[in-house]
Amino acid sequence: MSTKASRSAARLMLAPAVILLLGWMLVPLTMTVIFSFQRYLPMRGGFQGWVWFDNYRSFVTSSAFWPSVVTTLVIVGSVLVITVLLGIVLAILLDQPMWGQGIVRILVIAPFFVMPTVSALVWKNMFMDPVNGLFSHLSRFLGADPILWLSEASMPSIILIVSWQWLPFATLILLTAIQSLDSEQQEAAEMDGAGPFSRFFFITLPHLSRAITIVILIQTIFLLAIFAEIFVTTQGAFGTRTLTYLIYQRVLESQNVGLGSAGGVYAIILANIVALFLMRIVGKNLDR
Amino acid sequence: MSIKTSLGLASALAIAAASASFAQSPSGTVTIATVNNGDMIRMQGLTADFNAKYPDITLEWVTLEENVLRQRVTQDVATNGGQFDVMTIGTYEVPIWGANGWLVALDDLPAEWNADDLLPAIRDGLTVDGALYAAPFYGESSMVMYRTDLMEAAGLEMPDAPTWDFIREAAAAMTEGDVYGICLRGKAGWGENMAFLTAMSNSFGARWFDMDWNAQFDSPEWAETLTFYNDLMTNYGPPGAANNGFNENLTLFQQGRCGMWIDATVAASFVTNPTDSTVADSVGFALAPDNGLGRRGNWLWAWSLAVPAGSQSTDAAKAFIAWATSSDYTALVAENEGWANVPPGTRTSLYENADYLAAAPFAEMTLQSINSADPTSPSVQDVPYTGVQFVAIPEFAGIASEVGQEFANMLAGQQTVEQALARAQALTTDAMEAAGY
Repeated sequence: MSTKASRSAARLMLAPAVILLLGWMLVPLTMTVIFSFQRYLPMRGGFQGWVWFDNYRSFVTSSAFWPSVVTTLVIVGSVLVITVLLGIVLAILLDQPMWGQGIVRILVIAPFFVMPTVSALVWKNMFMDPVNGLFSHLSRFLGADPILWLSEASMPSIILIVSWQWLPFATLILLTAIQSLDSEQQEAAEMDGAGPFSRFFFITLPHLSRAITIVILIQTIFLLAIFAEIFVTTQGAFGTRTLTYLIYQRVLESQNVGLGSAGGVYAIILANIVALFLMRIVGKNLDR
Repeated sequence: MSIKTSLGLASALAIAAASASFAQSPSGTVTIATVNNGDMIRMQGLTADFNAKYPDITLEWVTLEENVLRQRVTQDVATNGGQFDVMTIGTYEVPIWGANGWLVALDDLPAEWNADDLLPAIRDGLTVDGALYAAPFYGESSMVMYRTDLMEAAGLEMPDAPTWDFIREAAAAMTEGDVYGICLRGKAGWGENMAFLTAMSNSFGARWFDMDWNAQFDSPEWAETLTFYNDLMTNYGPPGAANNGFNENLTLFQQGRCGMWIDATVAASFVTNPTDSTVADSVGFALAPDNGLGRRGNWLWAWSLAVPAGSQSTDAAKAFIAWATSSDYTALVAENEGWANVPPGTRTSLYENADYLAAAPFAEMTLQSINSADPTSPSVQDVPYTGVQFVAIPEFAGIASEVGQEFANMLAGQQTVEQALARAQALTTDAMEAAGY
């Protein structure tokens, strides 16, 4: 039972942690907001005066803005669909008892430990290169003209690379969820005459729903910020410029900190809208 | 110049004056930001010689990859941070930073350093209002590298100074099977395809801006440049050229897949190196092509050492720069690593040295290429800017990166030459208006 004194003591003791966390989050956020109201050009000597909402206006009216938002959403959406669907399949397969299970599981998870820049370079130079890449050798062997992956199919290429990286994460979470599924329930259903499909749709899938929610939420947060894969492969050309990449270009290539910060604020808003929608759609699973 | 910068400059000068009056030889710690390429790494290996001459100066190295280096030093110099005493910067930064008052002028280097020995084109590129703001460490231009065996098989002979029409003819004749007649940069980026295309456009008589800073992508000269480039690469270039930068083309050339390659003169030592290149013994060199208009399609770049205004040990930094960019340093490298490995492209005396000319078959062509570039008047038409393959204004890197994406999209066949130029014109005009020109 807590008295008034012990409650205030508890608050006092919590204060350092809360202040640290708030500072951690608020200082960079406030800096970004402050910069976004300034005309701040390092190459012209830094601070050039307050322009308030001009940066926000020019960021959205730039012809690059809406395409970059669409690109971001397409990449996030496609990768989510691919990783969740394939993740479920892989998780079920890996759950089956088989010879060498440990090694197979480690191999499946391995791509997640490869750094994004490294994996993008490997994909670009060893697989997708139109002259020396494995895919081009394969298509020439089959008598076809090699596909120019990174220029003609730039979006599918990026989605492929990112999905390859994030599939292990989805598989891992979903696998642990499947392992917690009660096998007696499965047996009971089987004895009642449920086929493999009904067992999957009425027992496994509902059991997985919470894990799927977690996969979607966590992945969305990271996927909205993917950068290295685009930087290494297309440099934002061929319609692969995401919002993150656009902000990078504004801040570092154009050396316009104010405009880039305004873009950063838009990115925060976009991330929150997406998160809100996702919470609405799938979030109710978390309440159960 | 902001008050902060002037204060920093003043205090740096005061400290420099004070240290000069108290001690004969400079002392202190010099922090050097440099780029991670072969010549710079070699310099770090030879610091024992510097330490023997200046025992009171301690050198600290910060070696970074090119893009990271550019970010770090820009941040430091713009905020007058004082993290570095010597910065490795290129010919793009020097005119802008010098004009901003961010660099210490290097006019008082010792007489034996001999500024008059510097190649005039390089020296001009590093001079702002008559003052030298950076000392060149190595310089490069671009030139045609071609396969002598393929050229012979095609029944053609490469002139020392080819025209663009000849390049097209040769590319057509050399394209056969898995050999592509010509490899050029196509990857988007201000230092990738735009460096090449801007230099190329000079030889077609085009310019980025007119005297009132209006973008010129709607001019017939640019249309001609881009149409020529697009046709050349689509017909005789490697597949997926829109993703090829310097490194990709280097690999293709070393594997014997390119008939010709127009790129940086430093590549000459890579393609003639038998351990890396399968075609090392059959590479010829020629000047970058022209159209008879008085400008060639080659660029000019020099990695240079400069002292930021925020430095606290200006004298020691200058002593280091004088050591690293002197002809004595060249001789030191030659003694330890051989003449083929000395940093090229900065001094006339190097190209008069018989040992060097014997060790580097590409030396003559490199010198001619550098001398044929004129950063002070890059285009046939009048321009308000300096720089051969760039425009020395702070906004250029951002604008050219976006224009480069439009041109890469064009090369990938996703838009026509006209569409690419129209978009380039629109976005350049927008950016220049926003920047207040």
